[in-house]
This record gives sequence, structure tokens and C-alpha cells, in this order.
Amino acid sequence: MNPFQFTRATTPKAAISAITKESGTYFLAGGTNLIDLMKREVIIPERLVDINKLPLATIEKTASGLRIGAMAKNSAVADHELVKKHFPLLSMALNAGASAQLRNMATVGGNLMQRTRCSYFYDTSMPCNKRGPVQAGPDKGKPNGPSGCGAIGGFNRMHAIFGSSSKCIAVHPSDMCIALAALDATVNVSGPKGDRRIPFSEFHRLPGELPQKDNTLLPGELILSVDLPTNRFADHSHYLKIRDRASYAFALVSVGVGLDMKGGMIQDVRLAMGGVAHKPWRLFEAEQFLKGKEATEVNFKQAAALAMKDAKGYGENDFKLTLAPNSIIDALKTATKTA
Amino acid sequence: MAQNEHPGDELEMPDASRRHFLKQSSALAALALAPTAAVKAVDTGWDQKIAAAFEQLPLQVTINGTVQNVSIEPRVTLLDLLREQLHLTGTKKGCDHGQCGACTVHVDGQRVNACLTLAMTTEGSNVTTIEGLATNDHGATARLHPMQEAFIKHDGFQCGYCTPGQIMSAVACIREGHADSPEEVREYMSGNICRCGAYANIVEAIMEVKQGGKKV
Repeated sequence: MNPFQFTRATTPKAAISAITKESGTYFLAGGTNLIDLMKREVIIPERLVDINKLPLATIEKTASGLRIGAMAKNSAVADHELVKKHFPLLSMALNAGASAQLRNMATVGGNLMQRTRCSYFYDTSMPCNKRGPVQAGPDKGKPNGPSGCGAIGGFNRMHAIFGSSSKCIAVHPSDMCIALAALDATVNVSGPKGDRRIPFSEFHRLPGELPQKDNTLLPGELILSVDLPTNRFADHSHYLKIRDRASYAFALVSVGVGLDMKGGMIQDVRLAMGGVAHKPWRLFEAEQFLKGKEATEVNFKQAAALAMKDAKGYGENDFKLTLAPNSIIDALKTATKTA
Repeated sequence: MAQNEHPGDELEMPDASRRHFLKQSSALAALALAPTAAVKAVDTGWDQKIAAAFEQLPLQVTINGTVQNVSIEPRVTLLDLLREQLHLTGTKKGCDHGQCGACTVHVDGQRVNACLTLAMTTEGSNVTTIEGLATNDHGATARLHPMQEAFIKHDGFQCGYCTPGQIMSAVACIREGHADSPEEVREYMSGNICRCGAYANIVEAIMEVKQGGKKV
């Protein structure tokens, strides 16, 4: 690992001021992704600002729902009584991710900020448009490895089928974020220009011409907390994750479902997918179609077909074009039954 | 939260002045050398050695009940601090990327991967390693932790390399309340890989300790 300067912030204000002062500065939270990327020299920071002492780990009831502090650990959120009772989808998604050790380290804010696990992004000898320039050391400002997208025409079994560009077909790796997308979360951030609230669907972005940018945070902004609005999905929630082994692997495809059922009718529904796009992928059209309909397999199939309308395979990941709709149908069926 | 007009007071910058000196000395060294030679010096670790000499930060952390005051580079992981500086080699380095669980230790009671934990972030914490699990290890009443005994009884290992991590993880698994069935144990132990494939015996060992009801 390259040497770097280490500072520790005890207030959000101090953390923001520290990251604004010098380029190549990164916040360090749980470190489960950043330290790994630093060891592989995908990210080479000039300075780390340790934010683990910030008082931002509270999980509390609010007038409109639940507020989860950015520094709350994944395991603390997954095991929290209010989360399990009112937002079981979030608990299920968290427990489907990583390992028990990593969930004890990883934070909510860090989970939102984690980078893709695309193998071309991780290997600095391979072409990638996402890595961007080196941030510190003698090569500062130079590209970190060759540009281009190695995954297009390469090994792309894990890659995107929605919303990709000619510059990047990587996927967002998070399970937690699929639940947050489905549950209409809001991200509270603070920065040099003040505080603002970002709707979850606008937090992560598609690669377009700028795959280096994963999200819409402005320079120097720090995530403070995530808000979840109250909902009626608790009795019919399900997170389905399809992966290469039974546990501790990233999703090939995952589906988060929340249903508000009355009798056999779907009053309201939320659907989001992981492993298929550069950001957590909400299935708005399928949701619209299912609203007010009966919970039948025929309707689920139609909804899945609508969701897959703009899907595009890149060769090795063509199997996702079948796996994804089947997973949507399967997840909807399971969510209908759970109570 | 108290609002402070001087953010610097809320930002601990250990040895900032020495860093400044290092930057200056690096700049001077760069001037004295041709650019390619300067880059080469970095490549051969020359600059890093200087960095190592100047960038030692103080850390206080309690390991297995003993307060340790050490001086480390900020890039040192908890795993390397344990093994290379404190010579607690029970904790193993497997993948060094958080994928195998061989380095599992407890920080303030929570199981974590020591390889992805910067030692500097454990300031003021209590760390327990495999060496700290047995009780009275120097006295006549010395005895292994029930989980260590169960691993021996059920042959929960072959080569033994993953075993310290498996045992630290297993103890935490029961303490967390995630060991109510073999299925649950398998799911909550998935962060510990055993290349010899002793999984069936590891699950048996954990289930026996759990069902035995002893305090772990």
C-alpha cells in the first residue's frame, strides 16, 4: 500500500473542511472497500480522513419513518428491531450481502459509496474508463492504467444489461442499496455549501460519458444519514439474490420486492433489481402495471416482460436476459405468500 | 454537537509538521535528482523508507487485556500490527483482501477482518485474538476455550491455517445469536473459507458448544 497522511475527524464540519482543503483526500469509514482498493492501487489517496469517531451511528424513529445514521454498521441495521419489524426488505438485503465480519465493519454511508467489483476496474493493467487519474504520488494526474472498457467484448458474465454506455458496462455491487431504492429512501448530505437531501433514485448515476462518477455527490460532501418513509410493505417483502454460491458472493441478479396486499389484490408495489445496472435499478413500469391488479402469475409475467423491455446482453451475460425476468416472477410470488 | 470556530481543533493531525518537513525534503530530493531517477527511487522503496521513518503515529490499543502503546505507519493494518510488531502470529494472513476470514479477530466484541482494518482506526479499542481466548494460560488451571475444545473433539480442521479465524468467528456467531440451527451457522460462518473442506466438522463443533449452553 502506498504511504498516505492520516487524520481523524471528530465532527462532520471538521471532516468536510479537511476533505475540501487538499485534493486526493478520501473519507475512511469501515474501509472494507477502500482499503482493498488501496492495496490493489486502484485508488491511491494522498490523505485519509478517518470518520469513524463521528457521532453518526444512531438509528431512530422520526415523524415520517426511520432515520439511519451514515456510520451505523450494516450488522447493527440488519439486526435492529425497528428495521426488522417495519422494513424487513432492508434487513433481508443487508444479510444477503458480504460476510458477518464485513457487515460488522461496513457502514451505511460506505455501502452507498462502494465501487463496482468489475474485474477490469480492479486490475490496473487492464483497460477501464472508470478508474480515472492517479490521485497521489509521482504519477499524480496520469491515467491509472489504460483507458477503454475491457468488459465490452471481454469477460462480461457479471455485467450490466440495463442503462450501460459504450464507455462502461459495470454494475453497482450493493444489496443494501437495492432495498433503499425500492423503499424510496432519501440521502441526507452535508458539504462546504451546506446541507441537502438527495432522493435515492438520483443518488447513483448511469455511466454515460463519465463512468468515473458513480454518484451525484458534489466535491467535499459527506453523507450524514438515510431516511426511510413509513410504508405498508412489511408483511409482503422479499429479497431474492441469485449468485454463484449459496452465500458470500456478489449477485448475478437480485430482486427486492415490497407489496401492499388486500385480499388477492396489489394495492401498491415497489420493485428494484441489483446486478443488472450501474445503479440500483428501479422497475417503475412494472410497478405501474401491477398497481391495482390481482397477484397472479399471468400478471407477474407481464410485469417482468415490461421490466425487460430495454435489456441488452453483451455475450457472456446474455443468460441474465432470462434469469432476470424469472427472478422478478419468483420474488413476486414469494412476497405474495410471506406474511 | 458543539460548534467550534476552529475546525482544526476537531481534526487530529498527528505529526502534521513532520509531514510538512517530509514534503519539503522530498521536493529537495526531487530537485537534486533527474526526474526519472526520482521516480526510480520511489519505485525501489527509497522514498517509502523515508516516509516510514517520519510517518510513525502513536497508537494506544488494548490487545488481549494488555494495553499496547505503539508507533506505526498509518498504512499498517491491524493484521500486520498483530503479526509483525506484536508477534501475535496466531491470527493468520490468508488472502489479505477480506475474502477468506483467516484474519478474523474481535474488536470491541465484534468479529472483523483484521486485514481490512487500519490499525490507526482501533485507537482506544479492545482487541481479542486467538491467543486471548483461553483462560489462565500460564497457570495450573489453564484451560482452552470451549470452542477450541470442540474443534479438537470434532476434528474441525485439517491443515489448521484457517482455524484461528474459524474459532474467533464461531465464538462471535454464538454470542450474536446466529447459531440456532446448522443452516444458520453455515450462513453466518460463510466469511470463513476452509480449503481443506472441514466445514461439516466445524458446524458440528459450533452446534455442540451452542447446545451445551456454556457461556462463550
